[in-house]
Amino acid sequence: MGKRSVVPFGPQHPVLPEPIHLDLVLEDEKVVEAIPSIGFIHRGLEKLIEKRDYNDYMYVIERICGICSYMHGMGYCEGLERIFDVEVPDRGKYLRTIWCEMSRLHSHMLWLGLLADAFGFEALFYQCWRMREKILDMFEASTGGRVIFSVNKIGGVLKDMDKNMLESFVKEFDAMEEELKRLSDVFLTDYTVTSRLKNVGILSKEDAILTGAVGPMMRASGIAIDTRKLGYAAYGDIDFDIITSNACDSFARCEVRIGELFQSFNIIRQAVKQIPDGDIAVTVKGNPSGEAFVRLEQPRGEAIYYIKANGTKNLDRARVRTPTFTNLTPLVKILQGCDYADVPILVLTIDPCISCTER
Amino acid sequence: MAKLSKSPWIMHYDGSSCNGCDIEVLACLTPVYDVERFGIINTGNPKHADILLITGGINTQNKPVVEQIYSQMPNPKVVVAVGICACNGGVFKECYNILGGADQVIPVDVYVPGCAARPESIIDGVVKALDILEKKQAEMENKASSEE
Amino acid sequence: MRENYELTVIDCSELAGCALNMRRENARLVQICAVSIPDGYELSYSFAKEYEFINYRIVINENDKVVSIGDIYPGAVFYENEMKELFGVNIESMYLDYNNKLYKIETETPFKK
Repeated sequence: MGKRSVVPFGPQHPVLPEPIHLDLVLEDEKVVEAIPSIGFIHRGLEKLIEKRDYNDYMYVIERICGICSYMHGMGYCEGLERIFDVEVPDRGKYLRTIWCEMSRLHSHMLWLGLLADAFGFEALFYQCWRMREKILDMFEASTGGRVIFSVNKIGGVLKDMDKNMLESFVKEFDAMEEELKRLSDVFLTDYTVTSRLKNVGILSKEDAILTGAVGPMMRASGIAIDTRKLGYAAYGDIDFDIITSNACDSFARCEVRIGELFQSFNIIRQAVKQIPDGDIAVTVKGNPSGEAFVRLEQPRGEAIYYIKANGTKNLDRARVRTPTFTNLTPLVKILQGCDYADVPILVLTIDPCISCTER
Repeated sequence: MAKLSKSPWIMHYDGSSCNGCDIEVLACLTPVYDVERFGIINTGNPKHADILLITGGINTQNKPVVEQIYSQMPNPKVVVAVGICACNGGVFKECYNILGGADQVIPVDVYVPGCAARPESIIDGVVKALDILEKKQAEMENKASSEE
Repeated sequence: MRENYELTVIDCSELAGCALNMRRENARLVQICAVSIPDGYELSYSFAKEYEFINYRIVINENDKVVSIGDIYPGAVFYENEMKELFGVNIESMYLDYNNKLYKIETETPFKK
């Protein structure tokens, strides 16, 4: 047995865009155990529910995280819509679906870039982020914001996209798809990339279920579960296959996310083709009473929203269980037995979103 | 150390932001906005840095981290608070775990408002910071020569 | 289309048994959520088996003790530490106890009513 030592990792680290701290117990160069400690970004925003009414709280919940912002707002709305028992008009549902997939696109591209940066492939990082900017431009054209969109409201959406805009987006996506094919070739075949990712960070199927992995992390371990298949928003009308991989390693996670990028282009194309005319929102009045759970598939995996209302304008509780929170346990699992030098990349493969985790 | 402001190195620390401003800071460094054309390089090491970009409010746990990063940076140094949360706490001001903006713990030279701050305004903020950096450098040199 | 799910109210003592059952059926732990109610807490334990969404709820008094299910589902400890630190729920025998230092906040149990 080698000498044991504890090495702190984070919170400020060149590869980490966000602060997380890990205590790594090392035996020579091997990690024996990893204990995460969080709290650097904990704000306690769930408590603000006592000071803001349920409509104003929209602004707070969208700011849980600047990457998954759109879907946080939408999950909160779906929860309240369930409590009010109102149905969003079909056009509203399709618009939500399109924005959801655009969020997934920009989030996965962001992740690909950060991954490339983590193993020192700077040109690839820049290429990914250059493409991502195009999606942000589309967000800006359709919602007015680059990062925080504020287009959801309880009962629908606030802004519509006309036919011209949707068609121009599809055209743009077609061009991006071609470009992405070239980029994904680098990720999937280049030696620099595969040598760092293959056979590293194995999470078996059994462990994935036991530790509660979600999203691409789970699907890369051969489990075909995608919350979008529940058919929220307009996903019920859209034809798509769940992307999985049986390799269970870091490379598989990269492969699944790249597959999902192409899938998102497809979903948007279908949605644009099928989108019906009509209203985009219904009016909701009064105060909510009751409780509801809502599940959504965020870029990082399944997120759960729990809303409890008491008949006044202030809710009792609005809880968000974010994907990274539950992906911490699988992270601890894959870090056990890995090389110390692989730690930054393994942390990145769960696509950590710390501000989501700590709220 | 003639023209520090021609090639300043920046460091970014995420206080307790929602990520929105962080990714906008990163977006500034990537091809579309490209602050590297001002000779700016992003570094992860506070001892290499001239400009500290801080996003998000300060909470009890990251307070010592921010103080330490600031103290490790060599003089002259400039702090840019990016986004309304780093300026004064923003939408999270009333949260129990938020002490306020970055100026609660370290001196802030430039405030960039916005939620999230747009890349254009972040670049404006950094360019402003360059002037301040130059001024601070001149002051340091004057002081050094008067002591001689 | 809205998802249907079940919510079963169980006694605090049945919790470990339910969790063990879920584990045997290959379900995953999806979330644990606490809500403060006057003089106590309402804890919801959610599991998912494929797409089936199964929720158990226990209602406890402020001083009641809840046994950790971390031995059955390792991921549970993060939720349990969170409930302990933010709500003040008495959780017993966690295999990884942060001793109210998960978020390291200065306010004591801010969500407690």
